[in-house]
Amino acid sequence: MLFLPVLIPLISIVLLIGFRHSLKYQQGLSIVSVFAQLFAAVSILLKLSGNGHLVAQAGGWPAPFGIGFVADYTSGLLLLAVSLVAIGSVIYSIGFVDFDRQKNGLFLLYQGLLAGVNGALLTGDIFNLYVWFEVMVISSFVLITLGSEKLQLRASVKYLVMNLIGSMLFVAAIGLLYSQMGTLNMADLAYKVRLQPAPPLVNSAIMLFFIAFGIKAAVFPFFFWLPASYPTPPIAVTAFFGATLTKVGVYVMLRFYSMFAQLDVAFWQPVIFVVAGLTMVFGVLMAASSYDIRKILSFHIVSQIGYMLMGIGLFSVVGLAGAILFIVHNMFSKTATFMAGGLIYLYKGSYDLKKLGWIYKTKPLLAFLFLIPALSLAGIPPTPGFFGKFLLLYAGFDGAHWSITIVALVVSILTLFSMVKIWNEAMWKPEKITADLVAKKVHPAAWMGTFIVVLLTLFLGLTIGYTYDYFAEAARQLLDPMSYIKAVLPETP
Amino acid sequence: MKTEILKIAAAHLKPFLLILSLVVLYRGHNEPGGGFIAGLLAGMAYVIYAGAFGVGKAKQLRLAKPMFFMGLGIGIALFSGMIGLMNGAESIFTGVWTTLTFGTYSLKLGTPLLFDLGVYLTVAGMLVKIIFTVMEEDV
Amino acid sequence: MSLLMAILIGFLYAVSIYLLLRRSIVKLVLGILFLSYATNLMLFFAGGLTETSPAFADPNAGAEIIQTSDPLPQALILTALVIGFGVAAFSMVLIYRFYKETGTVDLDELSEPEKS
Repeated sequence: MLFLPVLIPLISIVLLIGFRHSLKYQQGLSIVSVFAQLFAAVSILLKLSGNGHLVAQAGGWPAPFGIGFVADYTSGLLLLAVSLVAIGSVIYSIGFVDFDRQKNGLFLLYQGLLAGVNGALLTGDIFNLYVWFEVMVISSFVLITLGSEKLQLRASVKYLVMNLIGSMLFVAAIGLLYSQMGTLNMADLAYKVRLQPAPPLVNSAIMLFFIAFGIKAAVFPFFFWLPASYPTPPIAVTAFFGATLTKVGVYVMLRFYSMFAQLDVAFWQPVIFVVAGLTMVFGVLMAASSYDIRKILSFHIVSQIGYMLMGIGLFSVVGLAGAILFIVHNMFSKTATFMAGGLIYLYKGSYDLKKLGWIYKTKPLLAFLFLIPALSLAGIPPTPGFFGKFLLLYAGFDGAHWSITIVALVVSILTLFSMVKIWNEAMWKPEKITADLVAKKVHPAAWMGTFIVVLLTLFLGLTIGYTYDYFAEAARQLLDPMSYIKAVLPETP
Repeated sequence: MKTEILKIAAAHLKPFLLILSLVVLYRGHNEPGGGFIAGLLAGMAYVIYAGAFGVGKAKQLRLAKPMFFMGLGIGIALFSGMIGLMNGAESIFTGVWTTLTFGTYSLKLGTPLLFDLGVYLTVAGMLVKIIFTVMEEDV
Repeated sequence: MSLLMAILIGFLYAVSIYLLLRRSIVKLVLGILFLSYATNLMLFFAGGLTETSPAFADPNAGAEIIQTSDPLPQALILTALVIGFGVAAFSMVLIYRFYKETGTVDLDELSEPEKS
């Protein structure tokens, strides 16, 4: 049951290899697979209510020895969000990506990426987490180079090296941790760390973990690979990356903070706040100074990661609920803006804001589709971005963390500025060359994928009154790691 | 690198390496060996063959279908996880063991071996696929 | 022994970082390989360095063999090695494509000014 979100993409990979000669079957199968993952995520979420945590052990080996999968509301909600975004992305890719790339295993790699993401969200074992991370990252390596254009290859070198250094730090940290604690099960570790003061090397290991996840999540000192590499593959792939890769890094940080780092809040909270603030500011400043839609949006990914980190650092019910809501909102809004940007490219043949113009006049629906997620990223009600930011700022003022909260406020004004910049330049400015440069027909699937994700963004914003309870419950579970430990190891006192 | 010595050696090494890889695969559960190493050995058989005769000829070999074997391998590995479920175990990847006896010989089989077989096919397929891709463009 | 190993691992890390910082993409890939070797070695010694204790217990020896070395780090390394193999294979193909596409192995020659 709990293994389904991983098994479905893996089985799809087998079937996709079987159907590798027929693009039609591959497309159909991918859509079926992402809907099946949606079903699995919903059923896990439904089963969670009333149970608290769901635990399953592979091979029936008891908890600290076997590899276990654990689901709580945080992972359940993120699973649901990932599967929803995946539906939009797969449909969008059918319409957007050229046939060469589609034939060369695009959908196969999507499923590989999804297997890795779902596994990383669910696993309860640190080494297994590494394995899922690698499944995810290797799929993304191939996705980012798929097509082998010159720019792509150059960018992928940076992406490859930074991510590999991250992975190696991750493994080194695992080695250190195992040599000190003798276990790699997260619940068991968290329990043992709480029993007695941990040996000093454990702290170094946790620091290494945070650096490794920091590289994967693109936080302040380590974010340069992201804007260098994300704009190069087809924007459909970038949209999917933006929704999954960095967000899983943040999720793992959230999990580790709840499990280990919160024991030493006096040390970790200032670190997280400083990193969060710098991530926000740098990301948004770089975004405000770019003139390429893909670059602006990629820098925004970095900036928004800062908000999520801020929620982790706040570590209160409202703050954590805000952070999780922010992750989910970002998956939807960011993907939707990328997709709308891709549609602009399909019609106008450029991402350069200086060349674009008058989309509002010629394609009002497209302008509208861009507007909703852009407003959400800037934080205008009634979009989910507003509620996410509101919760974070509320928690910030509530906990009297003035400086980070003020930074967050200023950054959100700058975010609004850069979104308005795209709007002014691409939508309202008179176009220099009046005729549509590329007036070719756009595959309806590209429109449909964009519609799906934009509607999801709106839906999340409008139903926040109902869904907030889930986010708050997830936050409460994260605040109480003992419940996680007890669910995995029932014998603990 | 088309020398007669390598050609003769490669032609004879191929069946030898394949059989050796199967032996390594089988002894893997309790002794050094296993699916990964065996897969590398099996892949090497084809890589050496391609080195001697060229990729074009190596691709015409009956078993040289890397993508098919990769898919089959992942499929077998996943299937080995499901066998436990069919036998009524609670979780996937629960081990199931049987022993086949032929007179005095007994063969211990189980789902871990099946899983290893999946790994073997996947690794061999991947190795062949990657090296063929690189070698092909060289010629 | 463990001091020697610590020095060896540190040396491997130093080599890998030196190679990673070079301009040639071939050396970059070598650096990645050394990085993963150093890390795997470190993982190996995480289980504790014990001499003359086997990784597999002999079932015929009965109760005589009590101490075996911890098998988990070895299993972990095996996994890490497999992943390292995949990554190494990928980066080989990558540098090959890179060379074919650009005709150079020098990363600096490619850093054309950002166009925006």
